[in-house]
Amino acid sequence: MTNNKNSNQDTQDLSRRKFLKSGGLVAGGLLGGSLFGGLLTSQFQKGTKEETASQANKPVSFDARTFFSRNEDFALLSAATERIFPENANGMGAIELGVPYFIDRQCASNWGRNGNDYMHGPFPSVVKTDVYQEENRPKDEVITSSTVVKLPADTANYQTKMTRGTFFLEGLNAMEKTSQDKFGERFVNLEPEQQDEILSMFEKGEVKFSGVDSSDFFSLLRQTTIEGVYADPVYGGNRNMEAWRMKGYPGPIMSFLDKIEEEEFIVMEPSSLRNYQGL
Amino acid sequence: MAKKLDKVDVVVVGSGWAGGIVSAELSKAGYQVVMLERGKDQTRSDFIGVKDELRYTNRHEMIEKLTGDTITSRVSIGDAALPVRLQKDMNTGTDLGGGSMHWAGSVYRWRSYDFEIRSKTIERYGEGKIPEGMQIRDWGITYDELEPYYAKWEQTAGISGEPDPLGDKRSNEYPNPPMLASPAIKLFKESAKEIGLHPYQMASGNMSQTYTNPDGETLNQCMFCSFCTMYGCDFGSKSDPLATVIPTARKTGNCEIRTNSLVRRVIHKDGKATGVLYTDTRTGQEFEQPADVVVLAAFTFSNNRLLMLSDIGEIYNPETRKGTIGRNFTGQFNSTFLGATGFFNDKKFNYYMGAGGLGGALSDYDADLFDHTDLDFIHGGGIELRQYGDGAIKNNFVPKGTPTWGEEFKEKSLFYAFRTLTVWYSAAVMPWWHNYMDLDPTYKDEFGDPLLRITNKLTEQDKNIAKFGIEKCTEIVEAMGADIIDQDELPDQFNHGYDGMHYIGGVAMGEDPETSAVNNYLQLWEMENLFVVGGSALPHFSSHHPTPTIGALSYRAAEGIEKYLKEKGGLLTKPKSSVNA
Ligand SMILES: Cc1cc2nc3c(=O)[nH]c(=O)nc-3n(C[C@H](O)[C@H](O)[C@H](O)COP(=O)(O)OP(=O)(O)OC[C@H]3O[C@@H](n4cnc5c(N)ncnc54)[C@H](O)[C@@H]3O)c2cc1C
Ligand code: SF4
Repeated sequence: MTNNKNSNQDTQDLSRRKFLKSGGLVAGGLLGGSLFGGLLTSQFQKGTKEETASQANKPVSFDARTFFSRNEDFALLSAATERIFPENANGMGAIELGVPYFIDRQCASNWGRNGNDYMHGPFPSVVKTDVYQEENRPKDEVITSSTVVKLPADTANYQTKMTRGTFFLEGLNAMEKTSQDKFGERFVNLEPEQQDEILSMFEKGEVKFSGVDSSDFFSLLRQTTIEGVYADPVYGGNRNMEAWRMKGYPGPIMSFLDKIEEEEFIVMEPSSLRNYQGL
Repeated sequence: MAKKLDKVDVVVVGSGWAGGIVSAELSKAGYQVVMLERGKDQTRSDFIGVKDELRYTNRHEMIEKLTGDTITSRVSIGDAALPVRLQKDMNTGTDLGGGSMHWAGSVYRWRSYDFEIRSKTIERYGEGKIPEGMQIRDWGITYDELEPYYAKWEQTAGISGEPDPLGDKRSNEYPNPPMLASPAIKLFKESAKEIGLHPYQMASGNMSQTYTNPDGETLNQCMFCSFCTMYGCDFGSKSDPLATVIPTARKTGNCEIRTNSLVRRVIHKDGKATGVLYTDTRTGQEFEQPADVVVLAAFTFSNNRLLMLSDIGEIYNPETRKGTIGRNFTGQFNSTFLGATGFFNDKKFNYYMGAGGLGGALSDYDADLFDHTDLDFIHGGGIELRQYGDGAIKNNFVPKGTPTWGEEFKEKSLFYAFRTLTVWYSAAVMPWWHNYMDLDPTYKDEFGDPLLRITNKLTEQDKNIAKFGIEKCTEIVEAMGADIIDQDELPDQFNHGYDGMHYIGGVAMGEDPETSAVNNYLQLWEMENLFVVGGSALPHFSSHHPTPTIGALSYRAAEGIEKYLKEKGGLLTKPKSSVNA
């Protein structure tokens, strides 16, 4: 904790800000669950003996980062997901729902390594065009990594050697850099409106990084945030099924045979895969 | 060196509906069958307790992994094709039962118009109606000839439904009554009726009651559990090969099923297939399985690629428009399933409940059931409202203009959760000279074999038909009383998304060996003991889902193979040359 003092300081600033703004963070167990890890021990977690003792009877969450090595990256990720799905009068936001941990675990998974995708070369350098333009290219042209290929806008094609995990790291780096360039501040320290501005720049594809489109990174970030909010809680997000409660979604239920013709909207207390499998 | 195994009567590649039906019928008839499937073995117990939206819908647990191979895709003949790299963009089935395990189960017969599309179009509108380059033709079989095979498949599969009031003649009732209708489906049907249309309850492969099929397989009543499309059914209520034809084949004692067996070549000598070469995907060991008859039932992509890699038949060349393998590629892509979405401020629907094939449908704007004289397209589309049972990740609809993230998104997506209904038009797709399959010059699979390359461009026909459909869906959503209506947008161009498994052609059936690869028993003109079964045989894509037509043609092929084995050879139909494109 002594090296890289500055960034630790920043992280602590973030946590203090969050701490003041949102008591829910503590209530949701994130601090105790070590969002900022050992950094907080001296600053906020001067846990008394009594607190420690009462903790023992509470359900403990063993969340920790398993993909993002650096606190700073994770703090930035957390702040960005919270802007995508913020805490408000409807209920918890992304951080309290555990979305950053969800994304961390997804990045460390087979999906984050693109383990089920076709990742063989050559990887052409891809330039996206606004409108599809017909290209008269030699029929049997061999594509090399230096060939520039035009793709229609919004193509479903993913033509990079980068895995999703790397994509996240690069994307967060680029967000940090954009934040410094534009506001001279770290992303986590920006006002929410300023953070939104950065996110919008990414959404519109206005930021360039490492040969991929920043709008692709934004859609990955947005999609995983939504997934983390609403996936079954077994994946680390949707803590305590709170997002399902907000939406009135019941989770996996064995049968709706007796309810499918009901006119009234039926709200049930949600139940998760854990209940469904009878654990 | 490949290890050579003992010869059998029939080797079948693929274990979906197509391979399953052929294997069941031939093993029932007493022939020795070996069925080869590249994916793993699986049973119903693999699906028990796994209702998990992230794992199945978003992470594609049951979909083919692309680690070893994929397809490459481009729009125009001059372009360099690029691989479809992500599993989410390329949904094909794998594992025992194939894509036929995670299908939704929406069931439609194709129309009598489809089977004679060229003659019927010319008869009503004149030759000028068919644009240059649109390669439609009659199929070499009529609806009436195929009807008994449709009926047979529906009995095996245990379809629940009521007849389409505008449908073609049927020789029998559906074996099961229609599914229960939810309030959303009732609203759709009543509103459509009010504006003079002919809605009905969609037929489905989800069981409306417990049912035992003619082969003695029992399926259970559907629970409307909603984890259906992209999932295996853990109640044994969805009609799939593991609940029907695979156990039927097994029971005969004549069918050996080998999973983890990736077929890489059809072996042939002197114009006859002698067997197949396959690799055990666990050990890498190669085997040669000799057989009297080889059946490819490995879905459109593998069927085409295996023929091309094995050097059987002539690959279609768009410049000369000669060659039949790879010709007439079509499918339903981003220009189909477009329509309108209604947002209801004062109504909430229990839309988290549902089943894959639960919905309302109508055919008023399908096939040639409406006048095309002043329209700039031929054929049409089916209109549907489907209640799959939306998961929480999926159900995040907001009216157009709402931000897709942030405070307002959260607020509105929560408000409109379960207040949103979509009606879509599933448009037919015609074959064109410039849409086809061949082998990619650059990209290879894990064995160093070239990947299949798809060239596919949306045409004015596709855009015009979609535009028409979006308007018709909007009228219905209006009649349903939605407060806000969002129309889907027309795509500029094909987006290389292959995520619905509705892709067909390439080994298309017909009467003329110049323009078709197989006859109406799906027997290859060029190699009489090779039968190529599945969507690859369909010469154009009709307005609805393909599986019942694939099922019907699989029964037809099984009959042909039996005939071929009994009669000890020969072409089962005589080739006719025609002026058909
Ligand atoms: C999510 C989804 C929903 C769908 N819903 C519907 C619907 O509601 N209604 C409808 O009509 N259709 C639907 N379909 C389409 C339907 O799944 C297909 O039409 C049907 O599965 C085709 O059956 P098949 O037997 O021809 O091919 P498959 O079921 O794909 O079977 C082919 C088998 O061959 C195997 N194989 C491939 N290559 C090789 C090889 N080289 N060696 C060995 N084995 C090989 C594959 O692993 C696979 O198991 C849906 C598809 C999807 C993806
Ligand atoms: S909805 Fe019905 S058919 Fe589909 S998985 Fe559930 S029980 Fe099976």
